[in-house]
Amino acid sequence: MTNEDIANFPLALEGDNVPMVSFKKVTKRYGDLVVLDSLDLDVAEGEMVTVIGPSGSGKTTVLRMLMTLETINGGVIYVDGKPLTHMPNGGALKPANSRHLRQMRSNIGMCFQHFNLFPHMTALENCMEGPVHVLGVPKKEARARAEELLEMVGMADKRDQHPSRLSGGQQQRVAIARALAMRPKVMLFDEVTSALDPEVIGEVTHVIRRLVAEHNLTMLMVTHQMGFAKDISDRVCFFFGGRIEEQGSPEELFGNPQRERTQQFLSAVKEAT
Amino acid sequence: MFDWRWDFTWEILPRLIVATGNTLLAAGLGYAIAVVLGLVLALAQRTPYRVLTMAVREAVEFIRSTPLVLQIFFVFYVGPQFGVRLSPWTAGMIAIGLHYASYLSEVYRGGLESVPKGQWEAATSLNLSTARTYFRVIIPQALPPSLAGMGNYLVGIFKDTPMLSVIGVAELMHAATSIGSETYRYLEPYTLVGVIFLAISLPTAAGIRLFETWVRRKLGLS
Amino acid sequence: MSYFEFLAQYGDRILSGTLITMLLTVLATVLAVVIALAAGLMRMAPNPLIRGVATVYIEIFRGTSLLVQLYWIFFVLPLFGVTFDKFTAGFVAVGMNLGAYGAELVRGAILSVPKGQWEAALALNMPPAKRMRRVILPQALLIMLPPWGNLLIELLKGTALVALIAVADLMFQVKQINGTTFLSAQSFGTALIIYYILARFILTPGMRWLEGFMMRKLGRA
Repeated sequence: MTNEDIANFPLALEGDNVPMVSFKKVTKRYGDLVVLDSLDLDVAEGEMVTVIGPSGSGKTTVLRMLMTLETINGGVIYVDGKPLTHMPNGGALKPANSRHLRQMRSNIGMCFQHFNLFPHMTALENCMEGPVHVLGVPKKEARARAEELLEMVGMADKRDQHPSRLSGGQQQRVAIARALAMRPKVMLFDEVTSALDPEVIGEVTHVIRRLVAEHNLTMLMVTHQMGFAKDISDRVCFFFGGRIEEQGSPEELFGNPQRERTQQFLSAVKEAT
Repeated sequence: MFDWRWDFTWEILPRLIVATGNTLLAAGLGYAIAVVLGLVLALAQRTPYRVLTMAVREAVEFIRSTPLVLQIFFVFYVGPQFGVRLSPWTAGMIAIGLHYASYLSEVYRGGLESVPKGQWEAATSLNLSTARTYFRVIIPQALPPSLAGMGNYLVGIFKDTPMLSVIGVAELMHAATSIGSETYRYLEPYTLVGVIFLAISLPTAAGIRLFETWVRRKLGLS
Repeated sequence: MSYFEFLAQYGDRILSGTLITMLLTVLATVLAVVIALAAGLMRMAPNPLIRGVATVYIEIFRGTSLLVQLYWIFFVLPLFGVTFDKFTAGFVAVGMNLGAYGAELVRGAILSVPKGQWEAALALNMPPAKRMRRVILPQALLIMLPPWGNLLIELLKGTALVALIAVADLMFQVKQINGTTFLSAQSFGTALIIYYILARFILTPGMRWLEGFMMRKLGRA
């Protein structure tokens, strides 16, 4: 990626209806393997987008790059109109330094497939950690906020338990509360039910449904739960080979897939369930 | 044991006990240095600056692979060659502190590696700074697996303090050797040294195992 | 004088010291291996007396320092009628000390051999000694090689202490050279480098080769 390419990207996105998340010609490579291929993807404010596709299609990479867990090889990602992966410097964009990344990162929150709760802290402490030590929120206020969120995900009575005492579904709910405590503008859900026993998947999807219904958060979700995705998404994107093969409203994509690959994938998934 | 003289034993015991105090001081101080310096060395091998990381790595390997007694001599005698006079205590503490710091850095490295990658990612997702990530998330989880190694080296450093006697540090071994050369009786002094070492190292080793269990429980990890 | 002049003048003494160090290391290793196997197996014997003897030996030699043991063997043992010359006292002390640590490695490795192996040998009606020799020990040997590698480096470092009872090894030679020339950086520094080369570029690759050899012999590679 030469400086010349980056110079062609705007320093900021302007105008009405600026998307909350904008991938512009984003490319990601691992050695010779191209995982994302000049991807263009916009997510509007308050929109709930589900990403589906076979493994290796790049869908998790999209989330991980947004959370700055992966570096970028081509293109620019914008969050709320401002560049995330790059920063303005003397009239053009150049790769972001760690300070810029830290500033921008607080707009994004993420929940992981394996929860990744801090095992040496209680549920409450997990939810207070970010606000107290990153946002500088006073302990009392952070505690109140954490308790409110734990209440919302139905884990208030387990606030003083360590993760080792909680089931998978319970841990994932705490993880959601922890991410929300940072008040991000964008929430990412990376296969958050894939590691759960079937009978507890419902408690997590219930929480996410509430989030969609009651909050105006912008959300991106990678999941294999097609029924769930159909219910709550505003838009579904089907990824294949590092590109968006097809996208549309849930009714359009699930009900009337246009592309052959989409049809193959959806029927294979139907076979399995 | 024939020819063991109990009267002589009681006579020299006080002197040996006092010297043991010096031994414990040397071990304690050296260990304190090693614990802190070892963490620095371990973290220095995880920086994004490859030159620094590799240089520290090689230095740690070098110190770990060469004899402590030789390093003690080196530190003590090299100074004067370039005009810097180090007291036996200072030279001894530097040498033994550095030597055990490199052992402990390997223990810490193992502990840090054992923390699941997902923890780093969770910390990033909460936008925790690098320092906070290390101190509030990673190191507390790296500690329990490191404790066994740390405990072993505490006992180890205690047993290695006799090497300081070669540059004249007045610890237990030094006292015993002095007694030996003054009285020409080596049986009682050296045997007592052995007994005193056992009397301290065996209970300490057992106590460390108990401490390990306590820490695990306190941090909620088991 | 420059470093090269230093090496030219004292190189032969340093070399002879290095050879003595290497010889001590080899002898101590042989002794340590024999003791480790014996004590490790004794620790697993059904007879409590045998177990006890091994345990006492291991706890004493691991609970006190090598220097203390060396001095005891050289200065005190003669009073009980057992006299070693200093060279022998040197490698005996180092061998017995590291044999104690090695015994625990042997025991741990034997315990790590999968239980199914013991059961299969029993099903073939193998007597215990044969089972140990033909089935368990070869597999245990492979498991214990990596930690033995570390132990051997400790052994090499341990031989340096014999200089304190005037055995003419590498450590002793450079100490003498320093005593007359006061060129501490050159003399001790050269010794440090030689020990490092012996540990990193001879012992460690040697052990790795041994590991590969054992794996091929066991059909594992």
